[in-house]
Amino acid sequence: MTAKLTAVRCGALTTVQDAGRRGHAHLGVPRSGALDAPAMRLANRLLGNHPDAAVLETTLTGCALRPDRAVTAVVGGAPCPVTVDGRPAAWGAPVRVPAGAILDVGTASAGVRSYVAVAGGIAVEPVLGSRSTDLLSGLGPDPLRDGDVVPLGLPARPVALPSAAPWPAPPTELVLPVRPGPRADWFSPAALRTLTSATYRVSPHSNRIGLRTEGPALERASTGELPSEGMVLGAVQVPPDGRPVIFLHDHPTTGGYPVVAVVAEPALAAAAQAVAGTPVRFTPG
Amino acid sequence: MTGSRTVTTRPAGHRALLVELPDAEHTAAFHAELLRRRAAGALPPVEEIVPGARTVLVDGAADPEALARELSGWKVRPGDEDEGDVVEIAVRYDGPDLADVADRWGVAPDDVAALHMSRTYRVAFCGFAPGFGYLTGLPEELHVPRRTTPRTRVPAGAVALAGPYSAVYPRSTPGGWQLIGAMPDPGRLWDTGRERAALLTPGTRVRFVPADGVAAGATG
Repeated sequence: MTAKLTAVRCGALTTVQDAGRRGHAHLGVPRSGALDAPAMRLANRLLGNHPDAAVLETTLTGCALRPDRAVTAVVGGAPCPVTVDGRPAAWGAPVRVPAGAILDVGTASAGVRSYVAVAGGIAVEPVLGSRSTDLLSGLGPDPLRDGDVVPLGLPARPVALPSAAPWPAPPTELVLPVRPGPRADWFSPAALRTLTSATYRVSPHSNRIGLRTEGPALERASTGELPSEGMVLGAVQVPPDGRPVIFLHDHPTTGGYPVVAVVAEPALAAAAQAVAGTPVRFTPG
Repeated sequence: MTGSRTVTTRPAGHRALLVELPDAEHTAAFHAELLRRRAAGALPPVEEIVPGARTVLVDGAADPEALARELSGWKVRPGDEDEGDVVEIAVRYDGPDLADVADRWGVAPDDVAALHMSRTYRVAFCGFAPGFGYLTGLPEELHVPRRTTPRTRVPAGAVALAGPYSAVYPRSTPGGWQLIGAMPDPGRLWDTGRERAALLTPGTRVRFVPADGVAAGATG
């Protein structure tokens, strides 16, 4: 018999995430998946799970979970206080949670998204090959609500696991290497200089669809309307207000605003952990 | 859209490129050619091929620059895309914008249905929501603008027009298109329990037929 987890407290937003859905963008299906994929994979490895096993992704205020059987879990990603039935427990390393005890994942002390991996992985039904919640198109399980129960898979046989692992610290300044995007020529030369020289800040309106920024507006050289075209993960799209939006995993697969630049995918994990107000610099790369 | 054209490419980050075509017909032809070559194993591995209105995004390539050099040499000739299955979509033409569209077309409201049903459409690209296809095939004189004020809720199954496109809303969302009718069984558009979740995929041909007394389904 496998275990189940009851979500006792879901915080601001807790979703099921794995490596996401690939190969369906032409149907309008976003990639989705954990925004800080390296954190998800590291948490899974510390449990002997497949690196892409489904985990819970929290947002700023954590969550609390109660398993119906004893389970082993790892809380990683954004640093936060972890308790089991009120007693302090390890962050970033395996924790044993007895049957009926409450694993509390507290408010992030830095960063945005903590990841809760449980031995065996979250075993909700996959949709198009992924268990991820996709907030844009509503695929996968709905965001967790208090009282929801999620099934767990069978834990792997015990393997030799590292007892500690290096977790990157959330960024105090977000440096995003960009290459010119497909529509860089829709912007004035001054706008391109502004993009790579000005400091932007992470907007509080950011979400899993896009990291919005506040800062100087980028001026268009061409005022025409762009016919809809395919959008990549990391695209820096510029809506009419001129403030760059970096497309994260739940971004629409086609769109009609010009893409001035594209952020290298490995930098997006840090973008997922940048709290509102974090300075953002775009650098050539 | 006459004759063959070479294609131009634009870089789209470290793993992707955007291929630009002169019009929707060349885009459809280039997209079909990409799929043919991928099926034949004659294309370097890529993760996503995403057509747009005038572009095709090729994403998840190991070496986008090398791929760009290869694709730039292709000659694309539209015109061979009138083959394959036609999906029939049954429609009740009773949308709230029917009279406005009739005005813009300069016809009686009853004629909107006949004009809309008289064409064969093609899914140029998808987006907005899973299962939402942008259908080309309306002649330019029948293109209508989006509504000035979008509706906060368009019902699932709404058959809609905007610019050069027709579409059917797979689920209830906000939307600014002109609503001319409704598909009684919108659940057909998107069903993840089916092997092919989307009824309408890029390249699919579509005919609209009257909802009353006509069996809906794919025909050869």
